[in-house]
Amino acid sequence: MALLEVKDVHAYYGNIQALEGISLTVNEGEVVSLIGGNGAGKTTTLRAISGLMPLRSGSIIFDGEDLSKYKAHELVSKGIAMVPEGRGVFARLTVEDNLDMGAYHRNDKDGIAADMERMYVLFPRLKERRTQLAGTMSGGEQQMLATARAMMSRPRLLLMDEPSMGLAPVLVELIFSTIAEIQKEGVTILLVEQNAHMALQVADRGYVLQTGEIVLSNSAKVLQHDPMVQKAYLGID
Amino acid sequence: MKKFDAKENANIGLLAGIIALSVSVIGMVEAFDQRDIITDYFSLGQLLLFAAPMIAGYYVAVRYERDANKVILSSGAFAGFLSAIPLVGLLGLTSIWPTIRDSFVNISPDLLEILTAGQKLSIGGVRLLILMSAMGAIGAVIYLIPTKYIRPFFFAFFLTLGLGVFSDVLLNILRPMLPRAILRFLFGTKGITLATTIIAFIIALISVMYWDATGQDKYQKWKAEQTTAQRSTTQKASVGAGMLLLLVLPLILGTYLTEVVDNVGLYILMGFGLNIVVGFAGLLDLGYVAFFAIGAYTMGILTSTGGLGGAHLSFWVALPIAVGAAIIAGVILGIPVLGMRGDYLAIVTLGFGEIIRVLATSDLLKETIGGAQGVLQIPKPQLMGYALIQPQQSYYLILAGVIVAIYVSWRMRDSRAGRRWMAMREDEDVAEAMGIHLISTKLLAFGMGAAFSGLAGAIFAARLGSVFPHSFSLLISINVLSLIIVGGIGSLPGVVVGALVLVGLPELLREFAEYRMLLYGALLVAMMLVRPEGLWPSSISKRELTDNK
Repeated sequence: MALLEVKDVHAYYGNIQALEGISLTVNEGEVVSLIGGNGAGKTTTLRAISGLMPLRSGSIIFDGEDLSKYKAHELVSKGIAMVPEGRGVFARLTVEDNLDMGAYHRNDKDGIAADMERMYVLFPRLKERRTQLAGTMSGGEQQMLATARAMMSRPRLLLMDEPSMGLAPVLVELIFSTIAEIQKEGVTILLVEQNAHMALQVADRGYVLQTGEIVLSNSAKVLQHDPMVQKAYLGID
Repeated sequence: MKKFDAKENANIGLLAGIIALSVSVIGMVEAFDQRDIITDYFSLGQLLLFAAPMIAGYYVAVRYERDANKVILSSGAFAGFLSAIPLVGLLGLTSIWPTIRDSFVNISPDLLEILTAGQKLSIGGVRLLILMSAMGAIGAVIYLIPTKYIRPFFFAFFLTLGLGVFSDVLLNILRPMLPRAILRFLFGTKGITLATTIIAFIIALISVMYWDATGQDKYQKWKAEQTTAQRSTTQKASVGAGMLLLLVLPLILGTYLTEVVDNVGLYILMGFGLNIVVGFAGLLDLGYVAFFAIGAYTMGILTSTGGLGGAHLSFWVALPIAVGAAIIAGVILGIPVLGMRGDYLAIVTLGFGEIIRVLATSDLLKETIGGAQGVLQIPKPQLMGYALIQPQQSYYLILAGVIVAIYVSWRMRDSRAGRRWMAMREDEDVAEAMGIHLISTKLLAFGMGAAFSGLAGAIFAARLGSVFPHSFSLLISINVLSLIIVGGIGSLPGVVVGALVLVGLPELLREFAEYRMLLYGALLVAMMLVRPEGLWPSSISKRELTDNK
C-alpha cells in the first residue's frame, strides 16, 4: 500500500500557480526521486507535503490519513521528517543540540540517547564535532547534520530537498551512499534533486516535473534511459 | 612596515585633532573640567582633551613591528603634534575674531583658559603643541610596553582613573568608616589627591603583576587540589558572601546611591524580560515600554487613594494583577504579529508602544487614567505594617524582583521552552519542521517578557507615588534594548552589566546630562566596532565570534 499519496494538488504563490495538479505515490520502503529544472515546483511539492504551503485544491494522504487537518509542526509526530533545502541547521547551536532538537517531540530519554549514538555511527564525522557550533562546519558536514537531525525524530517518511546542493562531488557521493543506508533501516525517502544523475541512481522510482506538472514517471532504471530525460537532465545527446 | 608614513600619520593625527576640537567647541571639555580626577593637577576635561592625541599616538604605533622604536616614537609625536593644530587654529581664530562667541556660544573664556593654561594665546598655543606632541609620543610608548606589563599597566591605569572620576561616590561611602585625617589624605576638594593616585596605581600594578606571575598558578593549583565536596562548599560560601553583600549594600551606599541602584534594578528587571523576547526568541521588540506602562498604570489605578482610584487595593494584591495585565497585553500584541519577522515586527511593536503612550496622554481615557495629569496619590508598599518609603527599603523589593527574574530566566533558558525559543530564533521554518508550535512559542516569549516589564512598572509606580504618561517614552524601550546589546545579547550576567554601564554610570555623572545622548551614541558605535559580542557575552555568541578565527 502507498505510504504517501499526493492527489491532484494545486498550489499558488499569490496569483502565480506553482503546482498544476501534482499526483504521485510513494510506497513503504521506497526511495522516490523528484527531478526537474529550476522553478519546476519540486521544492513547492515538498513544502506542500510538509504543511508549510497551503493547498488550493487536492489532497495529501499519509498512511491512510488526510494531512490537511494537521499543522506543520504536528507532522513530525505523524512520522514525517524534512531535511530542508540549504540544510537549515541551527547555526548557533552545537551539533549535539541540533540532534536534540530533531528529537524535540520525543520523551524517551534512553531512546534518544541510543538514536544519537546510532547517528554517530552512521556519520562518524559528527561525533568528532559534537560540541562544535553547527554554523562553523563545512557544507557537507552541515548536510550530514541536517540528515541526522531529521532521522532523530524516527521518521517513517524522510523528505530531502536538494541534499547535493553546493557540495563537492566527493561529498555528493557520500551523501547519496548514506541515503541508501537510511533506506536499509526501513525509512521511506522522497528526494528532490537537480542532480538527476545521482538521484536516479539511488532511487527505485522517479517523477519528472516541469512547470508545476508531472510530465513523466517510471522506474528509475527506465527514466535513466529515457531520451527526453537524458537530453534535458543528464546532458546526454 | 618600517618606514615613517607621513600621510597616514597626518590623517590619524588630524582626525584626532578634529575630535578634540569638536568636544571643545560643543562645551564638553569645559563641563568635564568641573570634575577633577587628581585634585589641582588633572581634570576630566583635560583627560578628554588629551585622550585624543594619546589614542592617535597609540593607533599610529600599532601599525609597526615592536622593534621599530624610533619610527614609532616619531610617528606618535607627529600625530600628536598634528592633533593640536585644529585647537591652535581655534586659539588663533579667537584673536582675529573677537566676537566668535556670538556664533559659537561654548567658546568661553573658561575654555580658552583650559586650552592655554592661563597663558597668553601665543605661549598657550606653543604649550598646547608641545603637550599634545608629548601625549602622542606617550600613546606610542604605551604600545612599546612589553606584553608582560601591558595588562597590569592598563588595569592600574583604568582603576586609578575610575577612583578619580568617581571619587565623590567613594568619599560618600568611606566617610562614616574612616577618620577625617585619612580621608583628607586620600581625597582633595574634588577628586583624589596626587598621593592616592600614585599609591593606587602602584598597588594595582604590583598586585596584577604578582597575580600574572605566580598568584594565578597558585590559585589554579589550589582549585585543582580541592575535592568535589570542598569545591561545592567554596561555591556555596561565595554565593552566600555575594548575597550578604547584596543585603547590606544599601547600608553602605547611603540614600542617594541606593536610589541610583534602585533605578538600575528596575532596568535590570526590564532587561531580563526583553532578553527573553529578543535574546532568546529573536523577536525584535521596540515597543517594550508599553508593558512597563501597563504595569505602572494598573498598579496606580488599583491602589490610588486619590480621585481616580476606587479599588483601594493593597500593593501586594495589585502586584499580581498588574503583572497579569502586562502578560495579557503581551499576548494580545503577540497575536497580530505572529506572522511577522525581523524589521516588520520591529515596526509594529514600535507602533504599539506609541499607541499605549498616546492613549495614556489622550483625553479619551482621562476619566479612568487621568490623561496628561496622570495618576496621583499611589500609596507606598506596606510590609508587615511598615511602609517602604526610603530608597533603601524599596531596594529590597527590587532585589527580590531581580532575583526572581534571574532564576526564572536561567531555568527557562535551559528548559525545553528555552530550546524552542533558540531553535525558532535560528530558523522558523526548520523549527516548525522539527515539531515546534511557533504560535505558542512566540506567545510564551511575549508573555514572559511582558511579565517582567509589568513587574518593573508596578514597582516603579508604587515607589514614585504617581504615574505620568511622559515617563513612558520610546527612549525607555531603546535604553533597555541598548543595555542588553551592550551587555551581550542573550546573556544573563550581560543584562546586569549592561544596566550598570548604561543606567548606573550616567546617574553618577549627572552633571554631564547634557552630553548623555552623545556619549551614549559614541559608546554604542565603539562597542559594535570593538566588542560586538557585548561586555559579558553568552557562551554562544562568544564562540561564534572566536571559533572562526
